Amino acid sequence: MDVVPKWAEVILVPLISLILAALLSALVILAIGEDPIAAVNLMITGALGSTYGWGYTLYYATNFLFTGLAVSVAFHAGLFNIGGEGQAMLGGLGVALACLLIPWPHWTIALLAATVMAGLFGAAWAAIPAFLQAKRGSHIVITTIMFNFIAAAVLNYVLVNLMRPAGSMDPATARFPEAVHLPTLHDILGLVGIEFSRAAPANVTFLIAILACVLVWLLMWRTWLGYEIRSYGKSEPAARYAGISPVAITMIAMLISGALAGMMAINNVMGEAERLVLNAVEGAGFIGIAVALMGRSHPFGVFLAAILFGFLYQGGAELALWTSIPRELIVVIQALVILFTGALDNMVRMPLERIFLMLRRRRDA
Amino acid sequence: MSADGIAGRQETAAPAIELKGISKAFGPVQANKDISIRVMPGTIHGIIGENGAGKSTLMSILYGFYKADKGEIFISGRKTDIPDSQAAISAGIGMVFQHFKLVENFTVLENIILGAEDGGLLRPSLAKARRSLVELAEEYGLNVNPDALIEEIGVGMQQRVEILKALYRRADILILDEPTGVLTPAEADQLFRILGRLREEGKTIILITHKLREIMEATDTVSVMRRGEMTATVKTSETSPAELAELMVGRKVLLRVDKKPATPGDVVLDIKGLRVVDDQKVERLKGIDLQVRAGEILGIAGVAGNGQSELLEVLGGYADGTGEVMLNGHPLALSGTGADGRSRRTQGIGHVPEDRQREGLIMDFAAWENTAFGYHRSDAYKSGLLLNNAAIRSDTEGKMARFDVRPPDPSLAAKSFSGGNQQKIVLAREIERNPDLLLVGQPTRGVDIGAIEFIHQQIVALRDQGKAILLVSVELEEILALADRVAVMFDGHIMGERLSSETDEKELGLLMAGVGS
Amino acid sequence: MDFLTLIQLLDSTVRLATPLLLACLAGLFSERAGIFDIGLEGKMLAAAFFSAAIAALTGSVWLGLLAGIAASMSLSLLHGLASITFRGNQLISGVAINFLAAGLTVLIAQDWFQQGGRTPSLMGGGRFEPITLPFAEALAQVPLLGPIYSELISGHSILVYIAFATVPLTWWVLYRTRFGLRLRAVGENPAAVDTAGVSVVALRYAAVLICGVLCGIAGAYLSTALQAGFVKDMSAGRGFIALAALIFAKWRPWYALYATLLFGLFGALETRPDVIEAVIGIRVQGQLLGALPYIMTVIILAGFVGKAIPPRAGGTPYVKER
Repeated sequence: MDVVPKWAEVILVPLISLILAALLSALVILAIGEDPIAAVNLMITGALGSTYGWGYTLYYATNFLFTGLAVSVAFHAGLFNIGGEGQAMLGGLGVALACLLIPWPHWTIALLAATVMAGLFGAAWAAIPAFLQAKRGSHIVITTIMFNFIAAAVLNYVLVNLMRPAGSMDPATARFPEAVHLPTLHDILGLVGIEFSRAAPANVTFLIAILACVLVWLLMWRTWLGYEIRSYGKSEPAARYAGISPVAITMIAMLISGALAGMMAINNVMGEAERLVLNAVEGAGFIGIAVALMGRSHPFGVFLAAILFGFLYQGGAELALWTSIPRELIVVIQALVILFTGALDNMVRMPLERIFLMLRRRRDA
Repeated sequence: MSADGIAGRQETAAPAIELKGISKAFGPVQANKDISIRVMPGTIHGIIGENGAGKSTLMSILYGFYKADKGEIFISGRKTDIPDSQAAISAGIGMVFQHFKLVENFTVLENIILGAEDGGLLRPSLAKARRSLVELAEEYGLNVNPDALIEEIGVGMQQRVEILKALYRRADILILDEPTGVLTPAEADQLFRILGRLREEGKTIILITHKLREIMEATDTVSVMRRGEMTATVKTSETSPAELAELMVGRKVLLRVDKKPATPGDVVLDIKGLRVVDDQKVERLKGIDLQVRAGEILGIAGVAGNGQSELLEVLGGYADGTGEVMLNGHPLALSGTGADGRSRRTQGIGHVPEDRQREGLIMDFAAWENTAFGYHRSDAYKSGLLLNNAAIRSDTEGKMARFDVRPPDPSLAAKSFSGGNQQKIVLAREIERNPDLLLVGQPTRGVDIGAIEFIHQQIVALRDQGKAILLVSVELEEILALADRVAVMFDGHIMGERLSSETDEKELGLLMAGVGS
Repeated sequence: MDFLTLIQLLDSTVRLATPLLLACLAGLFSERAGIFDIGLEGKMLAAAFFSAAIAALTGSVWLGLLAGIAASMSLSLLHGLASITFRGNQLISGVAINFLAAGLTVLIAQDWFQQGGRTPSLMGGGRFEPITLPFAEALAQVPLLGPIYSELISGHSILVYIAFATVPLTWWVLYRTRFGLRLRAVGENPAAVDTAGVSVVALRYAAVLICGVLCGIAGAYLSTALQAGFVKDMSAGRGFIALAALIFAKWRPWYALYATLLFGLFGALETRPDVIEAVIGIRVQGQLLGALPYIMTVIILAGFVGKAIPPRAGGTPYVKER
C-alpha cells in the first residue's frame, strides 16, 4: 500500500531533496569563505537578470533537456544509461559531417539533416551496449561507461587525423558554412519585436528541445510502445508474460535514448560553436542523470530541472567571473542533487512515510 | 513453575518457549495481534493458518529476524530479549526458513560454519565442523556430503543442511517454516521421521504449515492463526481436521466446489512430446503428452518445481520448447516468431499466471492500465501507435463491476488491492476475452477465502460455456475440487492421469512422488 | 627493441599499474560484499588531493597519506550511508561521489592554495621517494638479472611494494579467514549471513571502508609518488580502468594483478609509440591504445571470452523479506 500520497511523492520528496542539496551547497560556500546569500544573488542577476543571462541559461538548459530526456527514457525501461556523454559526442560527429559534407542551401534543411544525423549517430553509439545488454546480459551501466571513453578516443582520433583542416594545430573541424548557422533567440524574438541579447548562444534548438519533451511525453503515456517500455521497466517477467519482447524494448528504448542524447549536438555544435571541438559536450551527458533524477523521469519535471541546471551553470560561470568561487561549485551542487534525489532518496522518504502513517493513524482513530 | 501446562508429562517443567502478547505491524498492516503461546520441551508444536495469517511473521520475531512492537518472549522460563538472530541462536533457537538461506556457491561445510566459526582462521573451523558433522549424521541420520556445493545438491539435501546448521549451533528449539512445500511426499515422510528422532532427543520443534495432514500426522499440540490472531491452541489428539479447518477460516469450509459433471467436447489443446530446456541447460519438460477438451478442466498436480511452471510458460508463449502443440487443430509455434504472449492471445489462449504480482500485473500501474496488459495492441485498445485510454478505462469499470473488484476504482494502483481483488482483475482480463483455452496457475494462492469461492465459480462457469481449461495448482484439495481430470507431473514427466471422481489424495500423492503407474 | 628499452617499458608498466591495482583490489572488497562501486574514481581523486595538500602543508608525506586515506574513507562512508543504510541505488551513489570529488577537490584547492585548482609542487619529505633495494647497485652489472633487479624490481616507492603485497594478502583474507568467508557470503546471499546471526550492515560497511583505505593509497600514490602534487582531474579515468580490470579479473585477486599489469602496459606503450612500431611494424594510434582497456572490457562483458559473473547479490540493497 502507498503510504505517501502521490502529490507528496511527486512534489514534496524532490523538493526536500533539493532543499537539502541547496543547504549543503550553502555550507560549502560558507566554508570557502564566501557569502552564500550574496552568491545566490549574483547567480540570479547573472543568469536571469538580463536577456544575456537568460540566453546562456536557456542555451545550457537546451543541452540538459536532451540529455535529461535521454536518461529518462532509458530509466523508464529500467535501464541506466550513463553513456549520454559519449552518445552526445558521436552526435556531434554526425552534425559536423552533415554540415561540412553537403552544401546546404538553407539552415532549415540543414537543421533537419543535422538532427537526423545527430540522432542516428547517438543511437548507433547506444546500440552496441543495448545489444550486448539485450542479447548477452552485459551490464549496461558498465558498457556505457566504457563507451564514453571509447567515444572520446574515437573523437580524438577523428579530429586529429581525419577532420582537422590542413595547417590547423587545433583538434577541431573547420567552421561550418554560413548557410547552416542557426537563428538565435535574438533573431527569432526579433521577428515579434522582442529585444533579446545578440551575444547569447540560445538558439532555435531550444524550441526543438521543448518539442522533444512533448513527443517523449506522448510516447511514454499515450502510445502502446511507451506502455510497453514502462511495463518492461517495472517488471521484466510481467513483460514477457504479456508478450512484450525484452530484446526489442531494450533496443528501442536505448536507441531513442541515444538519439536524444545525440541530438544535443545540434545545440552545442551547430547552434553555438559552429564547428566540432574535442570537448564539446562538457559533461552535459552526466548532468542529464541529475536532471532525470530530479525531474522524476517525467518530461515536465525534466523541463523544470533542465532550466534549474541551466540557471546553475550560467550562475556558476558568473560566480567564477566575479568571485573566487570556481565553476566547480556547480559540479558539487550537481553531485549533491544526484546524491539526494537519487541515492539518498530513502533518507527523505522514510521519515515522510512515518509522518504520513502517523497522520493516517490519527485520522482513523 | 507452571501448573497449567498443556501436555500432562511436562506439567512440572517450564515451557521451552512462551510468547506473551506479541504484536507486530508492517506499515498499516497488522501482521500479529496480541499473540500468546506456550510450547513444552520435547514436543512438536504445529502452527497452522492460511497464507498471510501471520505465522511466518510470528516465527521470524522469535528468531530475531523482526522486532515485535509489543510483547515478551520467555525461553525455558527466562525472559529473553531477541533483538537479532544472534540472540536467537544464543538462546538455542534454530530456524529452517521456507526459502533456504544458503550460499549457493559455497560447500555444505562452509555454509554450516558461516557465522559459527571458531576463531579468525577458517582451517580449524572447517576441520571441527567436519568432525561434528559425522557425529550429527550418526545421531540423527542426517547424511550429507560436506564438500558438495549447495548449487549441486537437491532441495531435500539443502533442507538437511539447514537443519544441520541449526544443530551445529546447538539449537534446542527448531522452527521449520512450511518445510514440505518443495518436497515430495516421500521426502516429507523422511523429514518427519527425522523430526521425530529430534523430539526423542529432547528437542522442541515448531512446525509451521498450512497443510492439515501434516499437523495431524506429526504434531503433539497445534495452534491456529487467523488474520494475525491466535484463535486456538489444542492437543492434536483431541481435534479433527474439520475442526482445525473451521478455526483457520472462521467458518465451515466448502471443500467441494458446486459443479455439474463435465461434458467434454472436441480436443482443444493437443500436446505431443513437449520438451523444455531452461537457461541452465536443464531439461524441465521431458516429453509431455496431454489433451484438453472443450468443456473440461484438466488439473495438473505435482510438487512445485516439477515442470508445471515451464508447462504454463511454454503454452503461454514465453519459454521455448520443442515438440508438437495443436490448438483447435492448428500448430502453435514453440520458439522463434509466433512464440510470444501476444500471438498466443490472438490465437485464443488466455493465461492467469502462477505469480500475479510478478507476472500477471504491473503492481505500480493503475487497475485500468493493467486491464489492457497483454491486450494493449489489440484493435479495441489502440489506434495506430496511440493507446485508446478512454476505451480501456470504461472497459475496466465494467470488468470491476462484473467481477466484484473492491474498491471499484480504475485509477487505483494494482498494489493497493488485496490479493483476492488483484486476482479478480487478472481473471476478468483473461476470461472476458473469451479464450478457447484458459491456462490457470495457482488461482487462489494468497487469496482470501471469500474470493476463493468466487474465483472457483468463475472458472467452472467458463468450463460450462464449453471452454477448455488447464489448471495448475500445488494444492491437491483445489485440484480435486475443481478439475474433471487430473494429470500428475513429476520430474518433467506426466506420471499418470486420473478422473478426479475416481481418485483420492493418497493415490495422487504416490504419483507426485514418482511412484506408481 | 633492446633489452634496456624492455626493462624501461616494464618499469613504467609497474608504475602505471600500481594505482590501478590498488583501486581494483579496493573495488574487489566492496563488490565481493555486494556493494557495486563506480565511485572508485572519485575516491582516488579525493585522496590524491588531500594527500598532496596535507603533504604540502606539513611537509610530511606520511601525514599526507593518512589524510588521503581519511578523505577516501569519508566518501566510502557516504557510499555506505546511501547504499547500505538507506538502501539507495549504488550506481547513482557512485556517480554522485565521482562528481562530488571532482568538484570539491578543485574548490578546496582553490581556497587553500589559489593556484588554479592545484597544490604546490611537492618536494623532499612531501613525496614518496624511490627505495633502492639492498645490493641493487652492486648487482646492476650482472647480465640479465642485474638490470631486472636494479631497474625493474628496485627503485620504486614504498607504495608500489605495498600494492603488490596487497594481492596475496587479499587472497589470504578472502579465502583463509572468517572475515573473508563472511564477506564473500554477504555478496552472494546476505540473507544467509543475516540468519546466521552476523550483521550484514557491519560486514558491508567493513568492506566499503577497506575499499576506502585502498583507494586512498591509490590516490596518494598518484599525487605524491607518481607525480609531485595534485592537478585537477588527475585520476583521469583510472578508477574506471580499475573497474574494467576488476571485471576482467572476474573479481579474483591474482587475476586483478594480471589485468592491471596488462592495462598498465597499455598505458606505458601509449607514451612509447616508437616501441610498438619497432615490434609489430605498424604505427598504432595512441588514442586507440588508451581505449584498449575499455574495448577489452566490453568484449569480456559480452561474454565472448568467458563469462564474467558478478557476485550474485551485487548491486541490490539487502531488505529482509516479508
